[in-house]
Amino acid sequence: MADSSQYVKHIEVYVNSTSSTEQSASVQAIATLLKNDLLTLEALVREMDLYLTTTDSIIRARGILLLGELLVQLTMKPLSRAAISSLIGFFTERLADWKALHGALIGCLALMRRKSSVGVITEDEAKAVAQCYMMNLQVQSLGQHDRKLCFELLECLMDQYPFAAQALGGELLYMICEAIDGEKDPQCLMHAFHIIEVAAQLFPDPAGPFANYAADLFDVLGSYFPIYFTHPTGEDVIVSRDELSRALMLAFASSPLFEPFAIPLLLDKLSSSLPSAKVESLKYLSYCTLKYGSDRMSRHAEVLWFTLKDILYTSPQSALSLESESAGVLGLKGTDIMDEAVLLLQELTRQNGGSLLNFILSDEEINTFINSFTQHKDVNDIPLQRKQRLHAIGLLLSVSAKSSASFCNRVFEKFFPHLMETLGLLIGNPSENDYHVEDNLRPARLNFEALYLCVELLDASRYLVVGMKEPSSVLDFGRQTCCSLLHGFSRSLTRAFLASIETVDVESNSYVYLTVRGLQILATFPRNFPAVSAYLCEEILFKLVSVLTSDFHKKLLWGLVLRSLVEIGSFNDKHPNSEQAASFEHIVVEKILSLVSFDNSTMPLALKLQAVLDIGMIGRSNMLRVVQGLNESISSTFSQAYVYGNLESITLMIKLLESYSNKVLPWFETNGGSEDVPLKFAVTMLEKIEDSASSGHMVQNNDLHTATVTAIKNAVACCSEGGQKTILHKAFRVLSSSTLELKDSMSVFRWEGSNYVDSLHRVSYRDEWIISLFASVVIALHPQTHIPDIKMLLHLFAMDLLRGHIPSAQALGSLVNKLPSRNSSLGSSHECCLEEAIDMIFSSNLWSLFKLNNVKENPVLGVDGKMDYSNLTVSDMNHVSARTCCAILGLAWIGKGLVMRGHERVKDITMTFLSILLQNGSTGGLLQFHNLMEGFTEQEVLSLMRSAADAFHILMSDSEACLNRKYHAAIRPLYKQRFYNTLMPIFASSITKSNSSIVRCMLARSFAHVVSETPLPAILNDAKMVIPLLLDCLSTLQEDVLNKDVIYNVILVISGILIEEKAQEAVLENAHTIVDRLIMLISYPHMMVLRETAIQCLVAMSQLPHARIYPLRTQVLRAILKALDDPKRAVREEAIRCRQAWASIASRSLHF
Amino acid sequence: MVSDLINANPTVYEKRDRRTRTAPNDVDEYAAEPIDQLEIFDHLRDIKDPEHPYSLEELKVITEDAIEVDDKRSYVRVTFTPTVEHCSLAAAIGLCLRVKLMRCLPSRYKVDIRVAPGSHATEASVNKQLNDKERVAAALESPNLLNLVEECLAPSFA
Repeated sequence: MADSSQYVKHIEVYVNSTSSTEQSASVQAIATLLKNDLLTLEALVREMDLYLTTTDSIIRARGILLLGELLVQLTMKPLSRAAISSLIGFFTERLADWKALHGALIGCLALMRRKSSVGVITEDEAKAVAQCYMMNLQVQSLGQHDRKLCFELLECLMDQYPFAAQALGGELLYMICEAIDGEKDPQCLMHAFHIIEVAAQLFPDPAGPFANYAADLFDVLGSYFPIYFTHPTGEDVIVSRDELSRALMLAFASSPLFEPFAIPLLLDKLSSSLPSAKVESLKYLSYCTLKYGSDRMSRHAEVLWFTLKDILYTSPQSALSLESESAGVLGLKGTDIMDEAVLLLQELTRQNGGSLLNFILSDEEINTFINSFTQHKDVNDIPLQRKQRLHAIGLLLSVSAKSSASFCNRVFEKFFPHLMETLGLLIGNPSENDYHVEDNLRPARLNFEALYLCVELLDASRYLVVGMKEPSSVLDFGRQTCCSLLHGFSRSLTRAFLASIETVDVESNSYVYLTVRGLQILATFPRNFPAVSAYLCEEILFKLVSVLTSDFHKKLLWGLVLRSLVEIGSFNDKHPNSEQAASFEHIVVEKILSLVSFDNSTMPLALKLQAVLDIGMIGRSNMLRVVQGLNESISSTFSQAYVYGNLESITLMIKLLESYSNKVLPWFETNGGSEDVPLKFAVTMLEKIEDSASSGHMVQNNDLHTATVTAIKNAVACCSEGGQKTILHKAFRVLSSSTLELKDSMSVFRWEGSNYVDSLHRVSYRDEWIISLFASVVIALHPQTHIPDIKMLLHLFAMDLLRGHIPSAQALGSLVNKLPSRNSSLGSSHECCLEEAIDMIFSSNLWSLFKLNNVKENPVLGVDGKMDYSNLTVSDMNHVSARTCCAILGLAWIGKGLVMRGHERVKDITMTFLSILLQNGSTGGLLQFHNLMEGFTEQEVLSLMRSAADAFHILMSDSEACLNRKYHAAIRPLYKQRFYNTLMPIFASSITKSNSSIVRCMLARSFAHVVSETPLPAILNDAKMVIPLLLDCLSTLQEDVLNKDVIYNVILVISGILIEEKAQEAVLENAHTIVDRLIMLISYPHMMVLRETAIQCLVAMSQLPHARIYPLRTQVLRAILKALDDPKRAVREEAIRCRQAWASIASRSLHF
Repeated sequence: MVSDLINANPTVYEKRDRRTRTAPNDVDEYAAEPIDQLEIFDHLRDIKDPEHPYSLEELKVITEDAIEVDDKRSYVRVTFTPTVEHCSLAAAIGLCLRVKLMRCLPSRYKVDIRVAPGSHATEASVNKQLNDKERVAAALESPNLLNLVEECLAPSFA
């Protein structure tokens, strides 16, 4: 048992203290004692006796509050029946003590919310609480927190003690009315609305107490509609307007007894001019209709109908052009009100359709409208009001027809024949094959309004049929008048549509849209619904296909037709074995696929490919056939394009390859295709290239070249390891067909004297082509794919790299990135592991360029390279410097492969770059060439250093062409951050140490590359160190115009740092220097965005604590004054903003 | 309270669309974009009327055509039209225009602010007041007037 002095101390702290943290600490302490049974509740209450009963109301209130809060803490602790009963008795009594009410409410609530397993209060006790509540509490006179507690108490009473609540009957409802009336706080209102909802469920009896109070309750409730909410939309708002509105809606719909009050109110608010009120009313009406039931709602049917009609007739206000898709065929833009009205209409027809349908069918305005269609030249000539009318009627008919088969029937019976008459169509026998009979009777142009309604009706009936699950109900529907009407008119309707497609002029978009849509609907009626015959379907398909192949100059029509065909195709694809699917296959797919052969039509190539691919994307079988077609045309055009260089064939080939890369391969990837397609594609391409390569002819065309390489790369990336192995095998054969001497891989590297330099030049375009093809295969390989003869490849790529051939460098990078390391289990399958490969690359005498004087020391190859530095002529020296740049580039890609997998050997490479930059060999690394530098001109040294600096950009940046997820690169998480963290100290020390301005500039350039590619959070960690370095970079880089992009990247990093709160301290420390540098950049003449960003940074600076930046104010204002006269408008605008921001720091805004 | 307003019920006109910034990539980095009529108008259009919560553009106190600018000679002239003839706030509006332009334009500019001929009862005196450097400076020394100006200019710096 705990020492009494211990907890008494806590009690005293609680009662006497005013600090809320101390109070909650003592509550916690006592609660812990109670939970661990170190203290009993009885002992505590006895000890607190004086606090609970004293006449000092402040002390008493705190004492009671402490007891209440303790009970909140103890909700999970079992308590004895006696304890609970005495406690609830105490708290109930205290409800009358308004000075200590808060604690009493909390205590009551805590006791009432207990779970039955730990001891609860009885129904009788709950009832006593409620009665005491009724006697003593004037809820609306309390503060917000207490009101909320009162509401929670009521909620809890009705939720957990329904019998006690029911026993109270009308009294309870009276109490609710009184408590809620006039409430304004959103949180309390949420509870209040819920209370009414629960109360309605407690008293479901239509003759019970709820009925007596319904009017009063609704009187209170109704005044909140529509929810008008002026709270700020900040994050601290606990209850949103939508939540409140939803709670109120639930309360409205909680009891059908509210119906006589709610519906008139909602209808009244519907006529409000406020759009949001209209939307709300419609939403509530839909929900209430659902809840109140059809009996009660039928009374309001007529009023509802007229209101709805009014809304629909006038609602889509704005008439837009047909440009936007959502505007639909009439060019009317839907509104929220419209959408809600349609939902309500659907709800009403679903529930109480009969009477509503009667209203619709007998509505005079609708009938007059339909009986007096006017002829317009184009939809744009129809006045807005009439358009709205048409739109509304279309909606009404379509919604009611969609709701059930019998309604559909009635709508069709009433309107369809008349529509057909207006369109000038007659009933015919669809199985007859004569074309001519009534063709002449048709007017020159179909009536647009009738056409619109007709298509809406067709759509509704199709929607109904497709939605029917049971075949029997479809058959049933098929026997009704609606179907026979459709059946009767189907032929003439189809013919009319078909003819209209032919005759319609290109400009009248709406006609085109409607007719194509009509045809699409007719062609997609399920086959077991006998409205449209198979024969007609085929006729439609024939026509659409012929439009597709011949009317390609009508852009809109063509696009719509293609889309319709795709829709029809996907519909058929869901029923693969039906007769319809077969005819679609036969008529559409085959015909369109024949387009791929391309020879005999005038259709533009892009359109052909689009049509073919879109049709292919309908389904797998189609796509496979498309692929087959593409492959065929690739093989037929191949030799023309690659061997003879026929320009037309080259364009065709490029297009074909692009559609492979961009459409076909991604489609198979997302739709889970097998690897057959990419595999076959890659293998065939390689075979063909091999053939033509061995024959010696190869056209020189860079676009073709790029397209081929990309397509093959993507195809390889899509294959599995097995497939890649096959492709690799093929690729080797292609490689062997080149003139490169690969058989004896060592011989390639055996040079003598300056012949070496020449050997680098002796590569034909064809061989370069073949190597880049091979490189593209290697780039896309999986890490698991086994690569044979890897040593030869490493040499080959390394050699080629020195020619400045980037794909080889990238391939080398990919190889290094993916080779298994020595100790991994996969290593056994490879003849060469990562470490070996790296050793080989690093020690190969490729780099002997840089160690001309000690070639002999090269232990691996033991080459007898006697190249002596003194023997080289000037032109040779030029070659050497150019090669060195290429070597640096190649090293950068290799380094990138290593960085991404997080391999430590990347250190050697970065050290090499750094040693070039620092112009010393002391740091070690691969290329110890400081002796060599003496032979170079200053210009060459500079370009060398620049390449080394830019190598850091390659190391850090993401590449599209290789080493990314798509090409299965090994990417270690956070590799950029790691790399940055290793480089940062090196740069920091070397930049400060360096004396030469060139070295400084190059170091700054490299550092800028690294920093601008590093994720910002990593930089923020050592902002204190980075900011001075970045500022230093800015001033160093500014001297050279060529650095402008680099400067821009740096300033973006700085602007990122400036807006982070985390770095504010570091920014403040350097505020003066930052402002100095930014001011310098304001007048940077070579890049507008740079100036703009610098000024934006200054604006961000003005948000820093005033004490720090006030001294800088005059300096900034003076500098900004110049920017006001900047040649570029955007900069001037920023300058004005910046001037205002800095000027308003002080009381006197500007000195004039 | 309502009777205190000089023009209790002004006509409010629609705002015009703003110049959208076209950002073609092949823009010439060194080509100058001279300050033009629309740019000046963009500076002034959002200034709030001293007595109504509308912008000067909405009240048609200023229009694009009423601005005359010559970038080469560093000269700009703004002619504004008060909503009513006896408007005592005309000078205040003019002061706002002048302060705004002083803050937005490079210091080489000479700014000339005028009331449209025939639109104000004491046209000449208002013009004289607005273009007198000393009187403008003196006006801005007065905290009340400066506060009024700041309040009117606030929306135009958004």
